[in-house]
Amino acid sequence: MSTPSKPRVATTSLCGCFGCHMSILDIDERLFALADLVEFARSPINDYKEFDGRCAVGIIEGGCCNEENVHVLEDFRKHCNILVSMGECAINGGIPAMRNNLPLRECLEEAYLKSPGIWNPAGILPNDIEIPLLLHRVYPCHEVVKIDCFIPGCPPPADAIWDTVVALLTGKPVTLAYERLKYD
Amino acid sequence: MHQALVTVVEDICGRYGFDRTRMTDIVIAVQQRLGCVSTEAMEIIASKVNSHRVEVESVVTFYAFLSVKPRGRVIIRLCKDIVDWMKGYDEVADAMAKELGVTMGETTADGGITLTSTPCIGMSDQAPAALVNDVVVPNLTPERGRQVIRDLRRHLDPAQLITMVGDGNNAHPLVHSMVRNNIRRRGPVHFDGFESGCALERTIDQTPENVIATIRASRLRGRGGAGFATGQKWEFARNASGERRYVLCNADEGEPGTFKDRVLLTECPDQVFEGMTVAGYALGSDSGIVYLRGEYAYLRAFLENVLETRRRQGLLGKAILGKPGFDFDIRIQMGAGAYVCGEETALISSCEGLRGDPKNRPPFPAQKGYMGCPTIVNNVETFSAAARIMERGANWFAEMGSERTTGTKVLSICGDCRKPGVYEVPFGITARELLDMADADNPGAMLIGGPCRQMIGPERFGGQICYDDLATGGAILIFNRARNKLEIAEHYLDFFIEESCGHCTPCRVGLVLLKEVVHKVVSGAGEPSDLDYMRRLANVISQTSRCGLGQAAPNPVLGALQNFHTLYADMVSDRKLGLLSTFDLSKAVADAELRVGRMSQYV
Repeated sequence: MSTPSKPRVATTSLCGCFGCHMSILDIDERLFALADLVEFARSPINDYKEFDGRCAVGIIEGGCCNEENVHVLEDFRKHCNILVSMGECAINGGIPAMRNNLPLRECLEEAYLKSPGIWNPAGILPNDIEIPLLLHRVYPCHEVVKIDCFIPGCPPPADAIWDTVVALLTGKPVTLAYERLKYD
Repeated sequence: MHQALVTVVEDICGRYGFDRTRMTDIVIAVQQRLGCVSTEAMEIIASKVNSHRVEVESVVTFYAFLSVKPRGRVIIRLCKDIVDWMKGYDEVADAMAKELGVTMGETTADGGITLTSTPCIGMSDQAPAALVNDVVVPNLTPERGRQVIRDLRRHLDPAQLITMVGDGNNAHPLVHSMVRNNIRRRGPVHFDGFESGCALERTIDQTPENVIATIRASRLRGRGGAGFATGQKWEFARNASGERRYVLCNADEGEPGTFKDRVLLTECPDQVFEGMTVAGYALGSDSGIVYLRGEYAYLRAFLENVLETRRRQGLLGKAILGKPGFDFDIRIQMGAGAYVCGEETALISSCEGLRGDPKNRPPFPAQKGYMGCPTIVNNVETFSAAARIMERGANWFAEMGSERTTGTKVLSICGDCRKPGVYEVPFGITARELLDMADADNPGAMLIGGPCRQMIGPERFGGQICYDDLATGGAILIFNRARNKLEIAEHYLDFFIEESCGHCTPCRVGLVLLKEVVHKVVSGAGEPSDLDYMRRLANVISQTSRCGLGQAAPNPVLGALQNFHTLYADMVSDRKLGLLSTFDLSKAVADAELRVGRMSQYV
């Protein structure tokens, strides 16, 4: 169903809750229009895990809390013409960044050694190679790579995502109406 | 112990009539007497003046010279203004800290000496300088800094550091200071001798309306820098309704690199006070306040004495010069180390015994100012000029200066030049003429201090000092060609970040963000888009801050960008797509590597 002339879009969720991706799905029947408009490259939507070429737009949910997040984000930057930070966590670090005021040691001890109900007599912190190392604090994406565009919200409303993607793909300036940015 | 404290604090409150609007004086007096304003002392003050402890605390914690916890008996405040930094602040600070065995901001273990830094203390013509309690120690070198520490260790008495006194009234027994005036050019308005009472004699012959008309005819504009027409301001206050009217003199000279009011107060205090008295007559006011910055506390006894002499001469007090109903007196209100108090509404807050927070305008002080009454706030130099105008006439004054800016301006010139000091020059003089006069050393840029705070390059050295071109409150800083303009702008940002009162977000947060991006560019990590971001952010701060501090704070950055654009375009470069140069993955994972015991596979 895809033709090579369609622009390619990649998405990923770093240190987020996938809520922003839920919001992408929330564009409802416009998913069909989107499918006509673009081809999804690497994305949880099609479960492709690697890039196989350049993309027009990359959409990032979540900030960077570990080394793998940084690696993925760098990979997105290298492959995408326009990189978009989507949602509170990508833009500001969000809930995960609440740990930024605490030393990493205290966070790890609280999670694996001291919390009620923990049984860890050897006092081991998880160190399997499969588990990415945590960064000393959670970074918003634009402090790690250059970000071209930001969609605020927690999550951003489906309409804001739709308007942004359509504007970027049609080469129009991205302007979100006041209602798209007003949350109360 | 507690009873002794109560007695002392109660005595101080009593001196100010248990008046909560004199809170600033009360807490300064307590600080002086006890070395700090402890929570206990705050509680006593609150109960004595019918206030709340938090209200007292809000005042105490606002001013840099007041503290809740005791500091050293002697506090060395090393001035870290931009000129001090150019003249070797780092080396002096390092030498003094090493000699003392503490780091900046610490007190020696015996509680004897605290070493700390402070923004501009108005001594940029004799930098690096320090305040040791109230004593000014100018022209420091690392060796002299070490000697100061050795002497203080021996006697803990700042007064004994004064080995020689400066020129003019700096040698007056009540000033007794090492400060030098450095008056390089004497003009006809401020430095041409002044006989006490001569302006008032001409004033009381006229109606108050005519006095204001004279000031208007002279076209005198505010010398603090904003340049509001003085006669008009006086007229607004005279015509506003209110029970009383007040005349406030802004001697909170805090703009980095300005020191001309220091010299005016040292050499022509009579003329300044006479100008205030003229204003009192014109407004129908019986009360004036000089807001003297805490850094100039060494002038206080001298100024009080001048006021006392004027009272004896019948130039202050009841029925001045025998004119029935012309009553006017002046008190000195000390500040305590807060730059923002130079902003007129913040200055009024401070005089009212509140935190030195700016107030919303309108209403303007001329309508509702000090204690809600019509108030004028004028600069020291403005009052001095007003007195001379009454003495010699509006036409005499208006003939000097440029076409649209009349009179002369007292400038404080400092930085990379051989003759730093005070120059009284006619308005309309060009920046280049100033550079020649001050014997500038290979000048590459000038900062014209004032509300506009412009950084100009050689192509604008032909510009004129006046309100239509290069408007200034008096600070002229000269930078040689080797100086990095954006680094200078960064220093200014440090100053404003420290002095922001924190009330509004654009100033409190915006300036920190601006500094981050400026630093990024200065350190070579910048990208072309950073310059646009810098410009946008600076404009947002200018346009949305609540008072003049935030509105003008980004100007050095904007000026540097505008006047030295190519310089910055060269400093930034497009990054390869990948991680930002400001992000260091190896540092970010170092802690986790240590905790978990294996190395990152991505570094």
